[in-house]
Formats: sequence, structure tokens, C-alpha cells
Amino acid sequence: MSDWKPTTSVENLHKRAAIFADIRRYFAEQQVLEVDTAVLSHCAVSDPFIDSLEVAFRGHPAASAEMCYLQTSPEYAMKRLLAAGSGSIYQMGKVFRNGEEGRSHNPEFTMLEWYRLGFDDKDLMDDVERLVCLVLGIGPIRRCTYADIFREKLDVDLQEVSTAQLADVMRQHVEVNMDLDDRDGWLNLLMSHVIEPLLKDEPVFITDYPSSQSALARIKTNADGQLTACRFELFVNGVELANGYHELTDSVEQQHRLESDQRSRKQLGLPQRPLEQRLVSALAYGLPDCAGVALGVDRLIMLALQAEHIQEVIPFTFRNA
Amino acid sequence: MAYSANQLKNGLKVMLEGDPCTMQDVEFVKPGKGQAFTRVKMRNLMTGRVWERTFKSNESVEGADVMDRDMEYLYFDGELYHFMVPVTFEQYGADVTAVGDAAKWLKENDVCMVTLWNDNPIAVTVGNFVELEVIETDPGVKGDTAQGGSKPAKLTTGAVVKVPLFIEQGDILKIDTRSGDYVSRA
Repeated sequence: MSDWKPTTSVENLHKRAAIFADIRRYFAEQQVLEVDTAVLSHCAVSDPFIDSLEVAFRGHPAASAEMCYLQTSPEYAMKRLLAAGSGSIYQMGKVFRNGEEGRSHNPEFTMLEWYRLGFDDKDLMDDVERLVCLVLGIGPIRRCTYADIFREKLDVDLQEVSTAQLADVMRQHVEVNMDLDDRDGWLNLLMSHVIEPLLKDEPVFITDYPSSQSALARIKTNADGQLTACRFELFVNGVELANGYHELTDSVEQQHRLESDQRSRKQLGLPQRPLEQRLVSALAYGLPDCAGVALGVDRLIMLALQAEHIQEVIPFTFRNA
Repeated sequence: MAYSANQLKNGLKVMLEGDPCTMQDVEFVKPGKGQAFTRVKMRNLMTGRVWERTFKSNESVEGADVMDRDMEYLYFDGELYHFMVPVTFEQYGADVTAVGDAAKWLKENDVCMVTLWNDNPIAVTVGNFVELEVIETDPGVKGDTAQGGSKPAKLTTGAVVKVPLFIEQGDILKIDTRSGDYVSRA
């Protein structure tokens, strides 16, 4: 049996370590503080489409279990540090997402997340660009709004198009069973199944997401008078690499979004898990104006090493860990 | 047997819109914000059509009772092609649609792969190479074994292939069934 062997090569382990070192050097030079928050928490992410792994904690081996959750991103904890006066911070460590397994997914993966005080989403894109260019050696990265990429790749005007027409466009490419009135669902499908594969030619930041896909980003009114989220995603070689926001600092709005997620979970028949109320309290105390981004480090290494599968850049995949 | 979206994999055979299909390419797709999908490229085993379909993670799909068996070709009765499983002597009759292009290469007593769905033949796959006799071709050109040029030759199965000029009626030829090309004299 040779199944004890790592899925990556020793050579790639060295390259991986060198990229870790580059990342840490970059943040040291930028005077951004490294932090390492708890991976195991009493609360879970609210996002209906991200599933936390459950862990049973016991005070002693015979005690009844207390359900805890492996973190799907360090976002909540890092924002509590920011509110406590940490200044700009970064974290590079393991996060866990249940059910995510594939060519560019492993349920346990390395995420780099950082927050910059006084930055907005545009400043943060400059920052992401500096770091990614350092590791991948690629040039300036194009920026394109969500509406413009739909116009460019699909000839679809998001201000005019009906949800039924979006469904028609999608079905021309890939068949799917989906609620006809789930507009964000169709947009997500078109983005992930049709547009992303067309982004292989050049790296691009997609900006100005629809306000309905804002997650924890601020909402602004763009030049066309549309409400859009101060959110961006970076795609390199058609791979979703990073997702950033000009962060929401309004605790009332934060509470509203947590509860709205919880209602969506209920409608979708998903588990109701404890919401992180300490995040709301931290925002109420005062989260400094900041922008934050999460970047998939394993994918960054895949791009740097031109790997086809995440198993080529991590020591052991979930299936042989 | 039903499969959930995360159990889908290459080679899995499932029922979609009433037809058995085989999965050729399976990929997990998960936008950072949005639900997860399993995107699959599939081939309809009845029509041969290849298309793409994506499944939500909570969707499931019914497995198809499809299996491939090696069988010996027996004879054609004018309507059905008859095959036999060598070990058990079970016999199956496959219609023209199921046999398709394979009919051009079926020689009695040759073993080929018959795809059964609910125990009915839906496809027949012959080996990559078959050996068949020439029953009709122009007379061979003596000594011309190296020159270029070709001519049609009709084989025992009725198939017509391009062969070199030196081939004679009665020769046994080795044919690549994937391309329909002459390979050599057997």
C-alpha cells in the first residue's frame, strides 16, 4: 500500500513554504499585524450556502456534548479584534467548509484574510494586486463591474433583463433545475458556470456586485443610480481567488443581515445555528472604517505552480488525511 | 438506487428524462457566495447525445440499471442481431438501433460488448480491430506492394473499406473499427 504518501511532491512543499514566507514578508513590510484567532467557536457562519462542520465539545469524557463549530473564515473574530483596537491585521490559517470537495476545493484549506484600516474597496484591490503580482508575477489587473462583465461576455443588460430571460440564457449553456424567480440563483449560475470559464485569458477584479449579493459589504449608489455592494472578487485564470469588501460597520444592519440569513436557512430547511451576537456588539462598540479580503492560499499556490488539482499543492487531501 | 449530487462520478450511469445516461466529466462548482453545484457532462446512451447539466447539492438522481457484458455474436435473422453470453448460453436479440454502426463489423463468433439496460440490449461495441474477408474488389496489381493508391473492397459484412491496390478477393484484412481504416493483411 502506498496510500501513506503525500499527494504533493517534496519540491512543491518547498515552493509552498516559500510562498507562505513571501506573504508574511509582504505584510511585515506593510506593518500589518499577524493574528491567529480560534478555529473552534460556539457560533457558526450565518451564510445559508456555507456549511460549518460541527464538533462535539465535552467538559469531561462522560459529560453531555456542547455543539461547537469549526470556523469557515476568521471574519467574525478578526472584526472583534479590529473593534478592540488591533489596527490592520492579517491571518493565514486553516478554515473548514463542510461538503466542499473537488478539483479546487478541499473541506479544510488555508485562507489568508486581512483588514486594512482607512482603506476602501478600491484601495484594497491595489493591495491585493501588489501581493498577487508578487507571488504570480502577473501585471496590472483589469477591473470590470459585475454589470459590464455580463454585458461583455453574455450580451445581457442586467438593468433590463428579466429573471426568466436569465434562466433562458443559462439553459442555452447548461441545463439545471432551479426556482424560476430566484434571480440571484440564476446570476450565480451564469457567473460560475458560464462567465468564469471565459475569464481564463486575463486576470480581472469583478466589482460592484448587486446589492442583493452584498454579504457583509457596504451598499453604495453607483454612477447609474443603481444600488451596488462595495464588494469585489478576483479571478485569475478563471479561478475565484479572493473576495473583498469595504466593510459594513453598522451594527443594526449587521444584526438585520444575520437574522435575514437565519430566515433563509429556515426556508431552505438548513440547520439553525447560533449567530455570533458578539460580532454585533463589537460593531455597536465601534468597528473602525476598514476594508477586508479573504484569499484562497491553496488556489494561489495552484496558480503559481500551474497545478490542475488542489491535491498537488497540499500535503494531504481530506480523503487521505 | 438514487445518488445524491456529491456521489456523482465519472462512469456513473443514471436515468434522466427517461433515458439511461453515462457521466463523462464531473466537477464541483461553488461560488464564494452562493449555493454549491455538481456540474456534469453526460452522454445519453439511447441517442448518443452529449450535454451538460448541473445539479444542486440537495438534488438526487436515479441510478440506471445498465451493465456491459461480453457476448458472442451469433447471427442476424433479418430483424434482430442475436448474441450469446459464452459462459451461461443466455441469448439476447438486439435491434438495428441498438447495434448501430457496429453492424458493419459484426462477424459470427466474434466477442463484443453488449450494453444492457433493464436486461435489454441498447448498444453494441465491437473490438478495436476485426479480421474480415474481402468478397469483392478489382483484381490485385501484382508486385505493387509499396506504391501508393487505393481502391474500394467489399467485406463479408457488407462494409466497404479503402485498401491498397495489391489486395485480392479472398484476402483476410485487419480493420480498425474506430476509424474504419484498413490496417494490414491478417
